[in-house]
Amino acid sequence: MSSNNKVHEPLFHVVKRSNIPTWKSWIIRGLSILVALIICGLVTVIMTGENPFEVYGTMIKGAIGTERRIWTLAQNTAILLCVALAVTPAFKMKFWNIGAEGQVLVGGLATAACMIFLGDKLPTWLLFIVMFATSMLAGALWGFIPAFFKANWNTNETLFTLMMNYIAIQIVSYFCYEWSVPKGSGHIGTINGATEAGWLPAIGGKAYLCNILIVAAITVFMYVYLKYSKHGYEISVVGESENTAKYIGINVKKVIVRTMIMSGAICGIVGLLMVSGTDRTLTRDTAGGRGFTAIMVSWLAKFNPIYMIFTALLLVFLQRGAGEISTTFGLNESFSEILTGIIIFFIIGSEFFINYSLKFREKEANK
Amino acid sequence: MKKIIALFMVAVMVFAFAACGTKTDANGDKTADTSAKAVKVGFIFLHDENSTYDKNFLTAAEEACEKLGIECLKKTNIPEDNTCYEAAAELIDSGCNIIFADSFGHEDFMIKAAKEFTDVQFCHATGTKAHTEGLANYHNAFASIYEGRYLAGIAAGMKLNEMIEAGKFTAEEAKMGYVGAFTYAEVISGYTSFYLGAKSVCPSVTMEVQFTGSWYDETAEKEAATKLISNGCKLISQHADSFGAPSACETAGIPNVSYNGSTEAQCPNTFIVSSRINWAPYFEYMIKCVQEGKAIDTDWTGTLATGSVELTDLGKVAPAAGTAEKIEEAKKALEAGTLHVFDVNKDNYITVKGEKLTTYMADVNTDANYEKDTEAIENGFFNESAKRSAPYFDLQIDGITLLNSEF
Repeated sequence: MSSNNKVHEPLFHVVKRSNIPTWKSWIIRGLSILVALIICGLVTVIMTGENPFEVYGTMIKGAIGTERRIWTLAQNTAILLCVALAVTPAFKMKFWNIGAEGQVLVGGLATAACMIFLGDKLPTWLLFIVMFATSMLAGALWGFIPAFFKANWNTNETLFTLMMNYIAIQIVSYFCYEWSVPKGSGHIGTINGATEAGWLPAIGGKAYLCNILIVAAITVFMYVYLKYSKHGYEISVVGESENTAKYIGINVKKVIVRTMIMSGAICGIVGLLMVSGTDRTLTRDTAGGRGFTAIMVSWLAKFNPIYMIFTALLLVFLQRGAGEISTTFGLNESFSEILTGIIIFFIIGSEFFINYSLKFREKEANK
Repeated sequence: MKKIIALFMVAVMVFAFAACGTKTDANGDKTADTSAKAVKVGFIFLHDENSTYDKNFLTAAEEACEKLGIECLKKTNIPEDNTCYEAAAELIDSGCNIIFADSFGHEDFMIKAAKEFTDVQFCHATGTKAHTEGLANYHNAFASIYEGRYLAGIAAGMKLNEMIEAGKFTAEEAKMGYVGAFTYAEVISGYTSFYLGAKSVCPSVTMEVQFTGSWYDETAEKEAATKLISNGCKLISQHADSFGAPSACETAGIPNVSYNGSTEAQCPNTFIVSSRINWAPYFEYMIKCVQEGKAIDTDWTGTLATGSVELTDLGKVAPAAGTAEKIEEAKKALEAGTLHVFDVNKDNYITVKGEKLTTYMADVNTDANYEKDTEAIENGFFNESAKRSAPYFDLQIDGITLLNSEF
C-alpha cells in the first residue's frame, strides 16, 4: 500500500503451542469461566439492575438447591449425556450426524406404539424386550439411511441427517394427532395411565434412577468400545484419514454404516428413556433440542465419554439455573439464555488459548 | 498485573459464595402477613409473553395477584411433558399452595402432581379430566367463550351486510373464512358459534374452514388465511395463536375478527373486534376459595356475567355502523337466558345434513375410544360447557365447509 519500507510488526501474533501441560490448560479453562461470570455480572447489572451475586446464588440454588432438584439435574444430565454418547462415534469418524433429534424421536415413537398397542397384550418382561428392540431398530434405521447414501454415493450427511429430523418431527406430529385423547386435540396424553404397562419402574422410590443406571451402563460401554475395541480403532482411523483406512484394508463403507446404525440405535434408547421412563407420553418436542445440544457436549469433551459426564452436567446445570433466574427475578427466559450463551462462548473460546498462544511485539524492536 | 487480576478473582469468588449464603433466607418468611389462610400461587405457562395465548394468562395472573395482594411465582416456557410435573413440584417446594397451568397438554402432569401433593390445590385451564379423575384437589376451568365468539360473529355479519348493501358482492356470495388449529371440539365449538353469530344477522352467509395442524404456526396461519381469501372469502376469523391470519388480512385489505385480544395496533384498517377469555375472575375465585377454606369447583365455567368472556373495543375503521348496539342487544339476551347460541329449534339456523337436531350424545368423559357418553341437547338447545367446563360441541353443521380435515 505505502512505499514506506519500515516493516510494520503487528501488536501481537498467534503462535501454535507445541504442547501445554495439563495443569496449565485447566487454569486457562478455569479463568475463562471466571471471566465469563464477570461479564455475565456486568450484563446483569446493566440490563436488569439486579445484584449479580444474587443472580448467581439463585442459579446454583435452582440447579442443586433441593434433593428434588439434584435428582432432576441428574436425570436431565443422563439423558443429554446419552444423546452425546450416541453421536460421538459418528463424530469421531468425521461423519457429521446432526440427526440425533430425529433418531431420538423415532425411537420414542416406536416405544409409544408398543406401549399403546401391546401394553395390555404382552407380559411385562416381554413388553420391555419388544420396546427396547423396536426403539433401537427405529433409531438405527434413521441412522442407517443417511449412512447408506453417504457410503455409496457420498451424499452430504449434514444436510441428509438434518432433513431426516424434519421427517421424524412430521411423522410424530401425525401420530400425535392420530392417537390423540380426547379426539382431535393433538395430544396423546399419559399412555397406559391406569395399568402403567411399559413404564420403566422407579427403583427404591427414585423415579429417575432406572434411566440414570441405563445411561451409566451405556457410558462405560462406549468408553471401552471407543478406546479398546477394534471397531473403535477403525473409527478413529477413518476419522483421521479415509485413504489411510483404505490402505490398511479397512472397509470404510462398512465402518460408516455400522457406526451410524449404532449411533441411531443409542438415540433410539434415549427415545425410550424419554417416553417410557420419563414423560409416559410422546410429543413432537420429546427430544427437546437435545440432539443439537449433545453435539456441543461431545465436542467440548473432545469425544471422551468420561469427560462428557462433566460437560453434560455443566450444560444442564446452566440450563436449570437459568430457568430459576427467570422465575425468581421475573425476568424473561431469554435473559437467562443470554447468560448461558456468554458462559458457553467463553468455554469454547478458551480452547483457542489452549491450542495457541499470543506473542506480543517487544517494545525495543520498534525503534 | 497478573497478581491484581488474581486478587480480583479471589474477591469475586468470596462475594459469590457470600451471596449464596444470604440469598437463602431472603424470601423465607414473607407469608405470615395475610389475615386469612396464607396463599402463594405458582403459575405454569407453556410459552412466555411472546405468545398471545400465554400473554392473556400472564396479564390476568399479575392483575389478580396484585389486586388481592398475593405472592406468586411464575414459570414460563414449560413444555407439555414431565417438565410440567417437575415445575409444579418445585413451586410447591418454594411454598406455593395453589398451582395453575395454562395449557391443555399440561393436564396429565398436573394430575400426577395432584395425586402426590394432596394438600395443594391444582387448577388447570382447558382440561377435560377433573370430573372423571375424582381428585378433591384437582380442578378444571374454562369459559363460555362460545358466547363471545357468537357476539364477535354478529360484528362479522354486520360487516358482510354493509358490504352487500354497498354492492361489493351479492348476498349469495357472502362467504367467510376461518383459520382453525385442529378438528378439536374447542375449535369446532368456536367456529360454529362464530358462524351462528354472523348468520343471526346475515342469513345467507356460508363459511370455509382451513386447519393448520398446530396451535401456533405463524407461517401456516398466514398461508391458510391467504388461501381462504383467494377462495373468495370476504371476511376472516381465526382460532390460532399467532398474528399470521390478521396480518394476511391487513395486507389483502380483508376485514378480520380476531381472538385472544385486540390486533388493532398491527392491523388498524381491517380489525373489527376480538373476543377473549379474561382469566382474572377465575384466579381471584380460586385464591379466595383457598383463603376461606372453601372447595374449588371441579369444573368452573366463566361467563359474560362473571366477566370472564369479553369483547375488546371495536376497531376504529372496519366495523359496520350499528355493530355496537346489535352486540349489546344480543349480550343482554344471552345473559338473560332468552337467547341460546346453540338453539336447535330455531328455523334456518342449526341443521345437520338438512335435518334439525333433537338429540346428540357428546364425548364428555375423556377416553381413548372417544365414547359418546352424555346427552347434550336439553330444553331445545345444545347445552355447551355445562357437563364440564371445556367445550364439547363437535358437530359439523350445514353452511360450514371444511377444506381440510386431516388435522
